[in-house]
Amino acid sequence: MKITQTRRISQIFFFLLFVWFCIVASVGEKFWQLRGWPVNLFLQLDPLVAIGTMLTTHTLYKGLLWALATVVLTIVIGRFFCGWVCPFGSIHHFVGFLGSRRKTTPQKIQRNKYRKAQGIKYFILVFFLFAAAFPSVAASLQTGLLDPIPLVTRSFNLVLLPIVDSTANIVSTSSRFYTGGWLIFAMFLTAVLLNLVIPRFYCRFICPLGALFGIIDRFAIWRIGKRQSECINCKLCEKSCEGGCEPAGNIRISECVLCFNCLDGCGHDIIAYQTRPSLTGEITNPDISRRGFMLSLASGVFAIPAVRLSGKLGSNWYHGVIRPPGSLAEEEFLKRCLKCGQCMRVCPTNVIQPGGIDGGLENLWTPVLNNRIGSSGCQLNCVACGQVCPTSAIRPITLDEKHGLGEFAEVGPIRLGTAFFDRNRCLPWAMDKPCIVCEENCPVSPKAIYTQECFNTVRDGILTIKKVSGNTIETVESNLSLDKFATGDYYCAVRGNKFAKITANTENTIVISSDNQFGEIPAAGSKIEVQVRLQRPYVDIEKCIGCGVCEHECPVSGRKAVRVSAEGETRSADRKLLL
Amino acid sequence: MNEQDDKKLNRRQLLARAGKAGISIAVAGAISKLLYDAVGPRGGVEDTERVTLPDFSVQPRPGQVISIVNGSDRIKTVDKAIELLGGIERFVKPGETVAIKPNVAFASPAMLGATVNPELVAEVVRLCYSRGGAKKVIVTDNPINDPESCFALSGIGKAASAAGAEVVLPKAQFFKHTSLAGGKLIKDWPIFFEPFSKVDKLIGITPVKDHHRAGASMTMKNWYGLLGGRRNIFHQDINSIIAELAMLVKPTLVILDGTEVMMTNGPTGGSISDLRRANALIASTNCLAADSYGCSLLDMKVSDLPYLEKAEKAGAGTTDYESLKPIIATVS
Repeated sequence: MKITQTRRISQIFFFLLFVWFCIVASVGEKFWQLRGWPVNLFLQLDPLVAIGTMLTTHTLYKGLLWALATVVLTIVIGRFFCGWVCPFGSIHHFVGFLGSRRKTTPQKIQRNKYRKAQGIKYFILVFFLFAAAFPSVAASLQTGLLDPIPLVTRSFNLVLLPIVDSTANIVSTSSRFYTGGWLIFAMFLTAVLLNLVIPRFYCRFICPLGALFGIIDRFAIWRIGKRQSECINCKLCEKSCEGGCEPAGNIRISECVLCFNCLDGCGHDIIAYQTRPSLTGEITNPDISRRGFMLSLASGVFAIPAVRLSGKLGSNWYHGVIRPPGSLAEEEFLKRCLKCGQCMRVCPTNVIQPGGIDGGLENLWTPVLNNRIGSSGCQLNCVACGQVCPTSAIRPITLDEKHGLGEFAEVGPIRLGTAFFDRNRCLPWAMDKPCIVCEENCPVSPKAIYTQECFNTVRDGILTIKKVSGNTIETVESNLSLDKFATGDYYCAVRGNKFAKITANTENTIVISSDNQFGEIPAAGSKIEVQVRLQRPYVDIEKCIGCGVCEHECPVSGRKAVRVSAEGETRSADRKLLL
Repeated sequence: MNEQDDKKLNRRQLLARAGKAGISIAVAGAISKLLYDAVGPRGGVEDTERVTLPDFSVQPRPGQVISIVNGSDRIKTVDKAIELLGGIERFVKPGETVAIKPNVAFASPAMLGATVNPELVAEVVRLCYSRGGAKKVIVTDNPINDPESCFALSGIGKAASAAGAEVVLPKAQFFKHTSLAGGKLIKDWPIFFEPFSKVDKLIGITPVKDHHRAGASMTMKNWYGLLGGRRNIFHQDINSIIAELAMLVKPTLVILDGTEVMMTNGPTGGSISDLRRANALIASTNCLAADSYGCSLLDMKVSDLPYLEKAEKAGAGTTDYESLKPIIATVS
């Protein structure tokens, strides 16, 4: 079998494996659900994730050690990951192939030639790495924006899978939603369609992971090169060159993605994968200028402080950034979050959403809770998000820690924020309508939402008694609507404090409950008041954990009458609300 | 052929072109005619399929309407309670399909009593199969919290599957619009319909729970799970909606579990201290009868729950369960 065929099998295998891991990242016990599948494998094999978090946190979180295997193998054999493993790379490879199909050989050679702009990816890498590393007071991990593995993970899990599954509902029983998914999709689509212009556009010009490999593969023991110096320079080796690395001339080792198409293409058996350098010479270093390097370094160093001028990490922090349970304090969180979307994918209630830029530029695509989306706020008995987070931006907590039980009793429960009532919108507060769905659904024990009973006189509710016979009070007024007060929530009050429940009414009579009599029957000519019994909700700030179930269930469905905001979240000491 | 000839249209080409142009014009005209709408949209709800929930009730038998069995072992009490009403054979005939609608409202563990005891559900499933000869039993609900999580965490999903039932989770396409004749609230409202449209019998199973808004959550409130859409708005008139549900749903049998009663912090509970052992289990062919007795387990009177009187007035049965001669037994 030709080595290019082996490569193709490897690409298909890893691509299918990647898709499989996207599908199985659902909480559940079936074989096609999350029950031990290493759904983070690709993220963990990605050395840019490992190096990025090492720079920001000076630690290497357990699963990320897998990246060492990729690094070691790259040092020995070159950029195998790009050509053989990377699912994003395989997509580019395939689409680029489609785009080149009708082209002539000279056109293909032209498309796959080396371009100076291939140096841009190194500048992107340098920019991100220095944004992560310098200065330590403002380190922020932004590699995930362009790192291909988080990018493709996010695109598949938050966009492609929900679209494909939206009518079939096989992977999830109800359709999933992700705010701003269009932007993720637009980015993915752009990256994919650019292959029609130049094959592997993203890999060649943008990919910071490819750039990282390009830097570390300079000492590769095996490399592509010419085994003899006599060559007619037919350039057929460059016809399908995936990396655009000029195997016909002085091969650029840092650009070679080990597609091995040059081996196939060379009709003279001149190109080989060998230990000795190419006989016509080779270029091992990336083609970047010192000036460009310094410029991207400086931009990286200044970028994060510039972004943070908006003060989103200080007093101007955005209350809508409600992080999943177990999330680190904001600054530490931003040092680790890859924007890969695994937490959003696994969340059984779909409440974890890709963040927008209202919480600052750095907030983009980081996990934020949106209680209006999904099936029920942050579920009390669930800690799935922290279990899948590949970098521990969301710590893998236990239920005991989340609930503040056992050894965590001293610390108390994890609070994501606090629920606030909007008394201008709440039905019992603003419109004198009974409701309290929020109280009913509050999962905290004892409930964090409690009510106080009050009786309010309804509009035009002061009536004059005409006649009383038994439980029926005839009124002078005759404009009551039939059985409006018969819901079980309305009462008659006389002289302010004697109540009787109304069981029925006509336009000019009110029937009161037989076992709920006035102390004395009021006389004709005296006034009675029709009052509604209300249970008005309050938040017990000491109990509220900010789970958002109340907000999710609130029947005021546009702008909710009870809303969680991040004040009081326990992950950052400076945002606490209680004494 | 010189250039002049080249540019000239010959007759054949002219005819072909005229023919194609004619067809294009005809197609454009036909489409316009076909889709022409002189009125414009009227607004409001689009035309959707309207359905009616089947009547699942069985022939009433005087003296076998409600049974109350005291005991701490749910398996024994439910067996006895059903037996006293004439046995499961009275309700499930061989070859029939049965839907069981347990209260699975919350994603909380069984021990907290916010959802039906899974073993109780499993026992009813087993009875349907073994003695009723049912062809198929499905267990389904449209919970408040995430459905999958509710069935998983409550243990009901596993217990029901182990007993041989099929667990059906709600999907958007399972909801259809219905109206209750004479109803004020259930008017053109989406209900969880699909699974119930294909079965012969319906059994409701629910625990006795405190409910801050409604007073108590029992067998009638259990049908709230059938409501789809933005059902929370009905909390403005909770008593009427529960009474209407009692009219809308005509089950074969309901089982009200008062073995452990949630006395406080309902309907979610959240602590074992919210539960009180009452060791009673009620089976009935009539929801109103079951609930009228059930409220006593919460130390309530019938008049404390306006929806009971409303349901009675609407014709759902009687709140005077004593008049139905409940069969009372004790198992140990």
